[in-house]
Amino acid sequence: MIRFAALLDALLFTPARNGKLRLMQEYFAGAPDPERGWALAALTGELAFAEAKPSQVRDLVLERVDAELFGWSLDFVGDLAETAALIWPAPSPSHPQPSLPRTRGRVREGAGPSLSRDAGEGLTGTLARTAGEGGAPRAPGEGAGAHVPSLTEIVETLRLASRAEVGRHLAPWLDALDATGRWALLKLVTGGLRIGVSARLAKLALAEWGGVEPAQIDEIWHGLQPPYRALFDWLEGRTARPQVADLPTFTPLMLAQPLEDADIGGLDPRDYLAEWKWDGIRVQLVARGGEKRLYSRSGDDVGGAFPDIIAALPAAVTLDGELLVIRDGEVAPFNDLQQRLNRKSPSPKMLREFPAAVRLYDILREGDEDLRGLSFAERRRRLEAWYARAPRPGFDLSPLVPFVSWQELAELRDGARARGIEGLMLKRADSLYIAGRPKGPWFKWKRGALTIDAVLMYAQRGHGKRSSFYSDYTFGAWRGDELVPVGKAYSGFTDEELRRLDLWVRHHTTRRYGPVREVEPGLVLEIAFDSVHRSTRHRSGVAMRFPRVHRIRWDKPYREADTLEALQRLMN
Amino acid sequence: MTFLKPLSPHPETWIRTTPAGLYCEPGNFYIDPVLPVARAVVTHGHGDHARPGNGAVLATEPTIAIMRQRYGDDAGGSLQTADYGEATEIDGVTVTLAPAGHVLGSAQVILDYRGGRVVVSGDYKRRPDPTCPPFEPVNCDVFVTEATFGLPVFRHPPDTLEIDKLLHSLRLFPERCHLVGVYALGKCQRVLALLRRAGYEEPVYMHGALFALVELYERFGVALGPVLPCLDLPRDALKGRIVLAPPGALANRWTRRLPDPVAALASGWMRVKQRAKARGVELPLVISDHADWDELTATLAEVGAEEVWVTHGREEALVHYAQSRGFRARALQLIGFEEED
Repeated sequence: MIRFAALLDALLFTPARNGKLRLMQEYFAGAPDPERGWALAALTGELAFAEAKPSQVRDLVLERVDAELFGWSLDFVGDLAETAALIWPAPSPSHPQPSLPRTRGRVREGAGPSLSRDAGEGLTGTLARTAGEGGAPRAPGEGAGAHVPSLTEIVETLRLASRAEVGRHLAPWLDALDATGRWALLKLVTGGLRIGVSARLAKLALAEWGGVEPAQIDEIWHGLQPPYRALFDWLEGRTARPQVADLPTFTPLMLAQPLEDADIGGLDPRDYLAEWKWDGIRVQLVARGGEKRLYSRSGDDVGGAFPDIIAALPAAVTLDGELLVIRDGEVAPFNDLQQRLNRKSPSPKMLREFPAAVRLYDILREGDEDLRGLSFAERRRRLEAWYARAPRPGFDLSPLVPFVSWQELAELRDGARARGIEGLMLKRADSLYIAGRPKGPWFKWKRGALTIDAVLMYAQRGHGKRSSFYSDYTFGAWRGDELVPVGKAYSGFTDEELRRLDLWVRHHTTRRYGPVREVEPGLVLEIAFDSVHRSTRHRSGVAMRFPRVHRIRWDKPYREADTLEALQRLMN
Repeated sequence: MTFLKPLSPHPETWIRTTPAGLYCEPGNFYIDPVLPVARAVVTHGHGDHARPGNGAVLATEPTIAIMRQRYGDDAGGSLQTADYGEATEIDGVTVTLAPAGHVLGSAQVILDYRGGRVVVSGDYKRRPDPTCPPFEPVNCDVFVTEATFGLPVFRHPPDTLEIDKLLHSLRLFPERCHLVGVYALGKCQRVLALLRRAGYEEPVYMHGALFALVELYERFGVALGPVLPCLDLPRDALKGRIVLAPPGALANRWTRRLPDPVAALASGWMRVKQRAKARGVELPLVISDHADWDELTATLAEVGAEEVWVTHGREEALVHYAQSRGFRARALQLIGFEEED
């Protein structure tokens, strides 16, 4: 547990992706089985046990710590698990925290003890005792010679425990661990590590460390169980890749490159098929071996939130499509889908008011036949034939968009926004289904961005390589004479522009709030964004999707920047 | 009041807080005054305790040297040094300095007046520190304690573990430089000494602002190993190196000369993750020159004072604790002390 706790602690503070990868790889290489397997399960969110409630943790602490001191500490630290981890008193009998003995009835002799350097026995004795207490702080697990639990022991115990029992198990572990170990334990048992590592990143670290393609792990992932001994055996070259036939595992998706306007001249329109890029989320539907799954593009199982889709899915097929809310044949705005995505298990009312559907793009497997080796045109024929045999509510086909010239297609794309569509997809008719983002076979050609001219209001320091630069910008629009913050952007500029922006921020700072600087109004940023929506969570009442700095308008008077009203007009 | 000799006046009658700081009335001097005064006793060289412009100053020899280094001619009108344990008589008050274990030269001030004794601890810690003598507990009637880390969440881990964390990161990211934020007085030299004790013998690179005090420590016999400036070095020369800089330089433009630095900060505040995150610290090192909660509370018991005055820091928690343990305790509202470390 000590090692796993150190890993979580380091991951929490390491902002760079490469740094996180290296930390995880070092851990996988050094930790034994089954410890590292449970760690992998924790990092990928695959651990399941009855979570402790925050109140259980609080009660455990208050049995040992003065309530007033705990309250002040919690106010200062801000996080319950962390406060509990830090304040948890040492159980050592030589250090009885709650009832510190106190020297009473001291007898003063003369002018008190000698203060010279060769002080008498009394002073040296006192010092020696101090060294045993404050002077030589406890090392992990030193407390009363307690047994330091392994992650394996913790997980195996908690998997069998009811929620009420969790508290009883926690206390002796907390006694045995050091502060970092206690923090990691409490984060683990209260759910949600929040250390900035996605399941995707953990699997990527594993793949790099094992020298295999990430797709090779993805394909078998959902057929494996923690603590993943077979997986580690394979990655360390002791056995062949585990077989997971007939399980509804995730097939890594094929993704598209963005199409730059400059690219298009070199492409022959006759090689490509076009289809709409719908504004939902990309999903994969798998029915295999009697089970059904709905996976997000990163391979997370999101079926629980969409029982309507799962119910409608027929057997023995793997499909690729866009998850949408569709009412009366019309695609609803992305915000409606968001309502469904936010619910782990939707109410019947939600299911009625936000009916989910999948618009199908592709078919990857039919019965026992893997279709990924066929061309896109061939797979499309198979998809249409499959759909013709099994049409059902909740699914429809994403139609192909016929076109002859790029010019014609460009005009269609320009009309996409008015129809609530994100843009177009171009797929080579002869493209095989290849996991990842190969350059060439598939392109996404998004609708043109919207832009506004906004005024820079706050700037925040970046992370990692940008930690000495003010690189995250909050910008505002005018409401009467007042600037209202409407969004935040941290990309879209060159390194040279970043240097100039940073300098501008430093020279125009009016106030500082920790890593944030407020600047005087004066610099106009042209912000490009995909769309804007109503939001109750922002003071301005609007939220932008994908905002980035399009141009820096060094020349433009800030009074001439856009109004909030102008931004609101772009909503729908 | 049963604990004082019948004839001893209560210390409240001869020592009190004023806008200029803690004032000893019969001796007519201040301890760590925040405004210029005629006579000052200074516990240690940190800028919020040792200020320029006083008339007469009494302090340990290293503290006087640090003040000279920092303030030059403005260090004080007359500068008088006292060894630890050496008594100085000031108008009927006996002033004696005892080691505080905080930084080189740091002292507790022992005030004896008509049979009563007050110990002003200044800033202190109880951990061993290779760069200064350890804190000596002194029995007294009133103990004036700091409370920088006066909350029970502050229990510093062993400094050796923190140094191991730094050396481990250095091995894991050999292509990056490790930039460690350290206060110029105390923390800088302690981190250097701890690195040497851990067997790290490479030169340590430093921000220009850190050299003067490192040299001063060396003059007082504290060996800190090879240190080099990082000015005018090619970027790549600092790959895999440790660079020390004042905390303020951690995220400022000075760091742009460094190859992809891992930002570390050696401070007791790094115990709280949000604090470290908010400062953009990638490698928090919990190394403090102040007593943590366990040290503060153990020290209260040890010095045997019936009464405790708590100053600069989280006074209310330590006062609450002391009262619940049967001490008479109150917060001294001193102003002008910074949340350093």
